[in-house]
Amino acid sequence: MESQEIGKNAAVQKLRDWDNEAVAEVIEFRGETTVVVPQQHLVRAAKFLASEPSLRFTFLSDLTTVDRFPMEPRFEVNYHLLSIERVLRLRLRVRVTGPEPSVPTVTSVWPTANWHERESFDLFGIRFHGHPDLRRILMPDDWEGYPLRKDYPVEGFR
Amino acid sequence: MTTKTTLIETPAGPAKAMVLNMGPQHPSTHGVLRVVLELDGEIVLSARPEIGYLHTGIEKSCESKTYSQCITLTDRIDYLAPLSNNLGFCLAAEKLIGIEVPKRAQYIRVLLTELTRITSHLVWLGTHAIDLGAMTVFLYSFREREEIMKIYEYVSGQRMMTSYFRIGGLALEPPPDWLDRVRRVMDALPGHIDEYEDLLTQNRIWMARTKGVGCLSAEDAIAIGASGPLLRGSGVAYDVRKAFPYSSYDEFDFNVQTQTAGDCFARYQVRVAEIRESIKIVRQAMEKVTPDGPFRAEAPGIIPPSREEMKTSIEGLIYHFKIFTEGFAPPPGEVYQAIESPRGELGVFMASDGSAKPYRVKFRAPSFVNLQSLPKLCEGRLIADVVACIGTTDIVLGEVDR
Repeated sequence: MESQEIGKNAAVQKLRDWDNEAVAEVIEFRGETTVVVPQQHLVRAAKFLASEPSLRFTFLSDLTTVDRFPMEPRFEVNYHLLSIERVLRLRLRVRVTGPEPSVPTVTSVWPTANWHERESFDLFGIRFHGHPDLRRILMPDDWEGYPLRKDYPVEGFR
Repeated sequence: MTTKTTLIETPAGPAKAMVLNMGPQHPSTHGVLRVVLELDGEIVLSARPEIGYLHTGIEKSCESKTYSQCITLTDRIDYLAPLSNNLGFCLAAEKLIGIEVPKRAQYIRVLLTELTRITSHLVWLGTHAIDLGAMTVFLYSFREREEIMKIYEYVSGQRMMTSYFRIGGLALEPPPDWLDRVRRVMDALPGHIDEYEDLLTQNRIWMARTKGVGCLSAEDAIAIGASGPLLRGSGVAYDVRKAFPYSSYDEFDFNVQTQTAGDCFARYQVRVAEIRESIKIVRQAMEKVTPDGPFRAEAPGIIPPSREEMKTSIEGLIYHFKIFTEGFAPPPGEVYQAIESPRGELGVFMASDGSAKPYRVKFRAPSFVNLQSLPKLCEGRLIADVVACIGTTDIVLGEVDR
């Protein structure tokens, strides 16, 4: 457990050494590290974390969005990175302002992000610019609204 | 939706490729999966999975329920491995609250989730075999699955939607002689697995249908985010139980099963070997589970008091009432807890805003991610191989669509 903690902080340190501007904030909670990355540095930071030999975050476990309505910036996009070789996990977070949120895609770094980003687009309306195939994935193509947003009622619009 | 049709060269000049909808009502898509295939004769030019037919909005529903109420929804995500989902959700909630579960409850959890892995792999083996034309294995594997379902029923009162794991421990004390039943099933199971292997492993039709079919390289598997047997069949020894042990898995002795071929046959071998490993873990867990001891943690206000306490003490009554009417409020923050479900890495991301209901729950469903590999597996191959490829990705549509 302890060695993992050190390893995680090393990842944050590596990121800082590489470009201090890519780390806007570091959040520690329950032994998990979250690095808040400014939007313009996201893809660069992702490429660095995936290719840096001592980190090798080559696996994107998950990509998900949280809607903090009515706060601004409204959306948080979370990237759960995993390094199989170094047995590390790290969460990147990008804060996005609504109501037409837009984030650069990370499909060029992790192709698995394709469907994850489609899901976030489908359910939260986040536009991932540069995405090869940004269509709805779970909801019907002609659906109106974004169901997982907090201003969308649980039982739907009637 | 408009689709571009590929043009193919024929002796009579260029022609449009045939577009075929496989599913959503097709017996070998294991639920309501629709795959749009572009065909040149029998060769698959492109395969595009279209999902969402079973979307039930579980993540949205969770936001309007208390933490404990959400557990019943998790059963319905992956209905072939309900206990794995219960475990993933409970571990995430426990991490968020910061409570430790007693060792005895952890061992019982390990035992039951490994039984879940066995039943899930048995269903996979049976249905995959029936897809490829081997009826007998289906009947055999469902016979064994039934015995384990009876154990679920005996322990939790439910065959499928168990909801047996609760935040902080288990729903109730298992019946006194349940381990004898588990032992009987575990003693018989290795022989039955030998039977399946006799029917399949050396079977020429089986080998022709699976060997060299649906190849996935280790790099592609990692890039696509594949996990579970799909990743291990491609030679990557990543198992959440070993890499990030939870629920005392570090105290158990087992091996991560891998194969390097990356084809359907390799994935079949990995799953069969995993059933045998699971039996090993269940046997170790049976040794570790003591006949008596606590089955849930002591945390007033979060874990319901015992029935006795609720009836006899005023604090117990108040806590009982408050837990079941208001729930409990974990501190604000976010956690991500991954477990190794039979299909791969099941991750639960949970965000709390300090209220009694989760602010956001996200299930990182392994089937959803693994299904992304389908185009890679079957493009350029025969249409009959699509069935084998869908089969060995082992998807559960309830989990894909959530």
